[in-house]
Amino acid sequence: MTSIGAAPRIVWRFATVIEVLPETRETHSLILDVPGWPGHRAGQHVDVRLTAADGYQAERSYSIASPPEDSHLALTVERLDDGEVSPYLSDELHSGDKLELRGPIGGYFVWSVETGGPLLLVAGGSGIVPLMAMLRHRDRALAKADMPARHLLPVRLLYSSRRWDDVIYREELAGLAEKDPTLEVNHTLTREQPDGWTGFKRRIDREMLEAVAWPPSEQPRVFVCGPTPLVEAVATSLVELGHQPALVKTERFGPTGGSV
Amino acid sequence: MKKKRTARKPSADAQRVDGNAAAGILSELFVPDLTVARAKCAGCGATRTIGVLLVYAHGMGTVMRCPECDGVVMRIARTPTQIWLDASGATSIAITAPR
Repeated sequence: MTSIGAAPRIVWRFATVIEVLPETRETHSLILDVPGWPGHRAGQHVDVRLTAADGYQAERSYSIASPPEDSHLALTVERLDDGEVSPYLSDELHSGDKLELRGPIGGYFVWSVETGGPLLLVAGGSGIVPLMAMLRHRDRALAKADMPARHLLPVRLLYSSRRWDDVIYREELAGLAEKDPTLEVNHTLTREQPDGWTGFKRRIDREMLEAVAWPPSEQPRVFVCGPTPLVEAVATSLVELGHQPALVKTERFGPTGGSV
Repeated sequence: MKKKRTARKPSADAQRVDGNAAAGILSELFVPDLTVARAKCAGCGATRTIGVLLVYAHGMGTVMRCPECDGVVMRIARTPTQIWLDASGATSIAITAPR
């Protein structure tokens, strides 16, 4: 890891789309080859820039979903019907297409195994994306470690979605949790639950956080990502529960298609 | 975490994002990652990592506000030929020195 002063200047580059993978009805992942990519840390994002034929440009930020260990960069994009950029990324891009981006961007909302744990991750909707990069990084970095090493970095995830079918990375999360007793995945489904659902079925609130989160005395590193109202409600509740504000890092998405 | 906003419309609140979201435009102005630098608010004197400032980004530019007093710490606007940076709301900005 280089110091920030030695970091290379962030420049616009052209990535090539390798693959487009559907995730849920509203999201899919773009697997990209980015020549000259300097590497990233889990939690960082890229800016994507689209240029129309008349020169008009639109720019949006997307979280990186892939861990630093992967050779290709993955972005998971949610399609917003009234969006200026996401419909293009969702409907028009195919393998072989070029996409202009710059990054990695943002050194604040980042985590690596060197940062330590325990880790509390709270996601709303596509807010899971940068947190998934952290989970994937942890899994890769600890793949060769023995279980005591994992026990030093235990993780609890609380993930709010509208419906079961809206849960991004659902199978992968289940697979990670199944093979790793130090990873606990908690879902809440706010709008509709499958038959026999025994999990949470309301928006994330203080009681839910108290039930799921590590106690403040454990000094967990907390990362919260999602729509702005969810992130602010969660961060406020966590501080009320006694978590140190400096350990609670947030990434607000701004408005999205609806509440989660 | 404090909320002292009353005059702003709810829609503006929903637009609010983190200082992290301004990292791209800041990277056009500064080589070091400014979102991990610390800025002292000229309004209330609170010193905060720029990544935790509240960012309102729209067509006119990017406004970064203090999470304590809601004062404007930095403003960035882009014109076809220039980028304007107004950092008059920060009495100081401390950036980790390159090693």
